[in-house]
Amino acid sequence: MMRRSEAWITNTVRIAGSSSILFVMLIFIFLMREGLPALNDVDFSSLFSTRWYPIEGLYGILPLISGSLIVTLFAMVIALPFGIGTAIYIGEIAPQSVNEILKPLVEILAGIPSVVLGFIGILVLSPAMRIGLNLPTGLTALTGAVLLALISIPTIVSLTEDAFYAVPKSFREAAYATGATQWQVIWRVVIPAARSGILNAVMLGIGRSLGETMAVMMVTGNAPTIFTGFESFIAPVRTMTATIASEMGEVATGSAHYHVLFFIGIILFLFSLVINITSSSLSMRPKRGKDQVVS
Amino acid sequence: MEGKALGVVLIVCLLCLSACRQTDLNTDGSPAVEEPQTYIENKGSDTLVNLALAWAEEYQKQRPEIQISVTGGGSGTGFAALINGTIDIANASRGIKQEEIDSARALGFEPVEHIIANDAIAVIVNPANPVSQLTLEQVSRIYKGEISNWQELGGEDRPIVKLSRETNSGTHVYFLETVIRLDSKEDKSIFSADTLLLPSSEGIIAEVRDNPNAIGYDGLGYVTEEVKMIALATSANGDYILPSAATVTDGSYPIARHLFMYTRNQAQGLEQEYLDWILSPQAQAIVTELGFVPVINE
Repeated sequence: MMRRSEAWITNTVRIAGSSSILFVMLIFIFLMREGLPALNDVDFSSLFSTRWYPIEGLYGILPLISGSLIVTLFAMVIALPFGIGTAIYIGEIAPQSVNEILKPLVEILAGIPSVVLGFIGILVLSPAMRIGLNLPTGLTALTGAVLLALISIPTIVSLTEDAFYAVPKSFREAAYATGATQWQVIWRVVIPAARSGILNAVMLGIGRSLGETMAVMMVTGNAPTIFTGFESFIAPVRTMTATIASEMGEVATGSAHYHVLFFIGIILFLFSLVINITSSSLSMRPKRGKDQVVS
Repeated sequence: MEGKALGVVLIVCLLCLSACRQTDLNTDGSPAVEEPQTYIENKGSDTLVNLALAWAEEYQKQRPEIQISVTGGGSGTGFAALINGTIDIANASRGIKQEEIDSARALGFEPVEHIIANDAIAVIVNPANPVSQLTLEQVSRIYKGEISNWQELGGEDRPIVKLSRETNSGTHVYFLETVIRLDSKEDKSIFSADTLLLPSSEGIIAEVRDNPNAIGYDGLGYVTEEVKMIALATSANGDYILPSAATVTDGSYPIARHLFMYTRNQAQGLEQEYLDWILSPQAQAIVTELGFVPVINE
């Protein structure tokens, strides 16, 4: 009797576990089936051209890729120092009493719906950016990047902090025993030992920013401009996610526009695939990193 | 693979077709058996959504047994839903496109147009902007990116930030054809790439209200006191006209248009009663209240 119920539980868990593989496969097949015909409907050269204006049949997706990358890159430039700094403070420096307040607050930040952040972005951040930096408009890649940084910081903080936590106490004790200061211990021992975990956190942060839609759509201005240099960071951009979200509702099923939107979906999927593979290949070798520190 | 996909699409189309035929038969052939319709699903133009909501509320007050649900999303979204059969009436701020008619016919029905109100497109700027009148050609050149500083139009030395609705908006398409291309069929110019595409009418009003560099356009019904409307002229020596109910009705304001509702076939039953009521003086009074221009019944 016992065994039968155990077998039943094992099987249920097995099905639940493998179902995610099935879902990923189904999503992938669906994306490919709906997206690849885009290569048939639209010339390869015009698909990778620089003008996006679908109602006139201009399907250049380069501005959208460039927009997503600009916003994500800039968001990481902002989020990494803050995220890793916060994690260092929580994990290594702050006393228990401070942590009890700080950690829940970071989790609350993670729980704020992105559309709410978008509202704050439109009403507060964007006018502040325009006046503070004397820009033509506050609806820019920069504003989007700041919001994305806020959205990805909690992910980066909690994963980095986990990585610090996984560094054995004996490492720190050994370092202190040699007379190292607290900062030396953090910088020379804990961070190198947790390196792969931190990189993993960064990768997931990038993934989080790349996939975010609502907040970006509300504050980046959605102009399909292409990267032209530094000024693109303070100019309006249109991201891949915002394009899919705002245009999917109108397209006729099976039209060229419809296929191209799915094709953009494939590109997003590939981006996140690369990020996930990088991140998991990094976390596959934590042992060696720690060994190096010890030796 | 291609062939298979095509096959699947065909099968789906056939299924839809047969389903449509069947429902048609039911409503046409045996209306007595059907329960009387008490629910209208109404979706489409964001320009029209407030007006459609006000109508629906008023109509439901008069006939409490009827339910009307109204959602926005843009004219294109409304047509897509009408064609897919998920709604009864589509709201639109532009006429139906040939390709939309074609896909409706492919599914075995004929969309029918009803003009239910008129609207003017107001070109708006920040109240702090000294520019107060423009020709249509100037507006066109601004949006094409040929004029990029307010100084060239007699304003201050400020960059021009161009705002537009998203491409699924009927207002966007209307503005493209009537203003940017100045009603010329051969003209293939489009919005310059750095035009900001905002997802909502409110977004445009908010940015114009806050940003002295901005120029935007929106349906007259959405324009608030916090932004300044531009008087428009068709040529430099013509009269500059501000949009209002009077100038739309007498035809002197150059960018005014009809607003539509579309039904899947010739409206009947409850849909027809509702559309008739919408053209009544009582419902058209709501049109005026919301800043649109009523349809004149002659």
